[in-house]
Amino acid sequence: MTQALLEVSNLVKHFAVGGWRGGKAATVRAVDGVSFQITRGETLGLVGESGCGKTTVGRCILQLERPTGGRIVFDGADLTGLAQHDLRAVRRKMQVIFQDPYSSLNPRMTIGEILSEPLKVHRLVPGRAEREARVRELLLQVGLLAQHARRYPHQLSGGQRQRVGIARALAMEPSLIVCDEPVSALDVSIQAQIINLLEDLQARLGLTYLFIAHDLSVVRHISDRVAVMYLGRIMELADRRALYEEPLHPYTRALLSAVPIPDPSLEAGRERVVLRGEVPSPLNPPAGCVFHPRCPLAEARCAASVPGLREIKPGHWAACHLVDPIA
Amino acid sequence: MANMAKLLEVRGLRTSFATAAGLVRAVDGVSWDVHPGETVALVGESGCGKSVSALSVMRLIDPPAGRIEDGAILYKGQDLLSLSEQEMRQVRGREIGMVFQEPMTSLNPVVTIGRQLTEGLELHVKMDSAAARTRAIELLGMVGIPDGERRLSQYPHQFSGGMRQRMMIAMALACRPSLILADEPTTALDVTIQAQILELLRDLSRRFGVAMLIITHNLGVVARYADRVNVMYAGRIIERAAAAALYARPRHPYTLGLLRSVPRLDQPTRERLLPIEGQPPDLTRLPPGCAFAPRCAFRVARCDAEAPSLNEVDGAEHLAACWESSRLAGGARA
Ligand SMILES: Nc1ncnc2c1ncn2[C@@H]1O[C@H](COP(=O)(O)OP(=O)(O)OP(=O)(O)O)[C@@H](O)[C@H]1O
Ligand SMILES: Nc1ncnc2c1ncn2[C@@H]1O[C@H](COP(=O)(O)OP(=O)(O)OP(=O)(O)O)[C@@H](O)[C@H]1O
Ligand SMILES: [Mg+2]
Ligand SMILES: [Mg+2]
Repeated sequence: MTQALLEVSNLVKHFAVGGWRGGKAATVRAVDGVSFQITRGETLGLVGESGCGKTTVGRCILQLERPTGGRIVFDGADLTGLAQHDLRAVRRKMQVIFQDPYSSLNPRMTIGEILSEPLKVHRLVPGRAEREARVRELLLQVGLLAQHARRYPHQLSGGQRQRVGIARALAMEPSLIVCDEPVSALDVSIQAQIINLLEDLQARLGLTYLFIAHDLSVVRHISDRVAVMYLGRIMELADRRALYEEPLHPYTRALLSAVPIPDPSLEAGRERVVLRGEVPSPLNPPAGCVFHPRCPLAEARCAASVPGLREIKPGHWAACHLVDPIA
Repeated sequence: MANMAKLLEVRGLRTSFATAAGLVRAVDGVSWDVHPGETVALVGESGCGKSVSALSVMRLIDPPAGRIEDGAILYKGQDLLSLSEQEMRQVRGREIGMVFQEPMTSLNPVVTIGRQLTEGLELHVKMDSAAARTRAIELLGMVGIPDGERRLSQYPHQFSGGMRQRMMIAMALACRPSLILADEPTTALDVTIQAQILELLRDLSRRFGVAMLIITHNLGVVARYADRVNVMYAGRIIERAAAAALYARPRHPYTLGLLRSVPRLDQPTRERLLPIEGQPPDLTRLPPGCAFAPRCAFRVARCDAEAPSLNEVDGAEHLAACWESSRLAGGARA
């Protein structure tokens, strides 16, 4: 196996909430024992419903959030044990692209200033003229024009602003980019432009992506492997083809069957698993398998013990008591 | 279907907003209709005029900036634009129900769930408070909120997003309307909850024969739930057809582009997606010809000079607004 660029082991992140107005303090178990690796040049998709902990996983990796437990090893360095000074250099190699490009760009700076500032602060490009040349190069790389440098964020469309967000991440010459719902806020016809751009850049620059999204069709398109999260845990992890064509976990199956396909003749004949109830609160997750209250197949043991994430077939992992290993 | 009486008929509707940047022609002369009991979809990208279309039907366009400039909105044969505000409130309360994208903006945060449901029943169908209460519990059960008795005293913030959306549906259904306008009813929800809500809407509309206008940008949702589809672009309808025909044989380059640009779970993965290049137009500066021309792969000289109107391309039920639509007649190539 090729060497992993990122290795996340048993990551836990709990948030303390409440404890005010006479209420008693409680713990949100946002991420509860998540492990995965990402190989250099690979895209790992991370999917799951709102609140299942995807963004928190990303933020812990980027060191924007201090994990409650677990280990994050990036490019051979254990981030949990690094001193502040060393952390800074490593962190530059990990960049992020957000869902909402508008709120992540300073409205009072021109696009040129937004892109050249980090080059200056991190002393990546010393001279002013060189910086301007680099900004121009970055703009062209993401499909914008050199004259866009003089515009302000509000003078760009949503898709153009997302391109600026991507250029800003590229400015730091990262090896890993955490893409947190990078196309969810964009129009359908613009989404495809941005996805193609991300793929081109990956091929050209050898980038590694953690691609967080709730759109299962988009994740299937862009990912090499996919992890499915539910209430802070990974339910299933497999290469793209296996996950979509031979899903093992009942939750993955339900998720896939809930995605409508834009073809009425196919839709008419499709089997549907409509899940009962709602996603439980991470403040008070169910005992046993966190999915069991909504699972159409749940048995007594599912409420009694937590199923571990087991390798059912080579490279295909699932956390479900009912899935038998295939010899 | 053509000879069936129409429940709602929108004719030549034109709604605009005066803004600092100029006049926004949000809805620019559109006509569409809904027959009793059927589900019609309005699809298109952000800002193309879907919500403004629905809000115009409900006469909820805010003056003085917003104005319905022209057209007729015939509901059961009567023009809603000629009604007094008083009469219009009756229509909103009991004839046409509306479900909005973000339920929190249309639910009153300081009024209990129970009161929000019973108010309309007492006002519009003159129920006494005991009868209204019983009906409210029944409605909550109908939309899949169990334990209605206890729920009545709760407030919207104590409900999850999915439950609030169910609550909106219960409110829209309360007075047994003939038509529901559902504006992105599930866009803010998770896929599994989305599926629950859409199945619910469809069940209820079948059970009670309620017609529905579904507004969405999700082509998959349309395929699953709509009988007929109107595709909008820049304030106009550019294609209309039965859902099956629209997906199998799109006749407008924009519809074709939309269908091709989304990755699909049922198809083999591709190396690259096929996006529609360029940006949606600025509604204050629409070109004189076809608004889609600058992004269109089928563009010819005429497209820049003259805007095409919505014409029959394949029988009376399939219309497209494109000079070159005959070039798309071979069917969609994926
Ligand atoms: N700073 C915080 N304090 C308390 N709770 C938090 C905090 N950040 C996140 N959470 C909670 O942790 C859980 C996971 O949140 P997270 O944002 O990671 O979910 P997500 O999968 O990214 O959801 P979405 O798809 O909606 O973006 C949620 O229940 C959220 O409310
Ligand atoms: N109150 C208003 N004042 C000015 N312009 C408005 C107003 N309401 C809507 N518009 C403009 O009218 C156009 C159509 O808006 P509308 O809300 O109908 O779009 P939509 O198709 O529903 O988009 P979305 O998918 O984003 O909901 C947009 O360009 C919008 O900016
Ligand atoms: Mg998130
Ligand atoms: Mg809208």
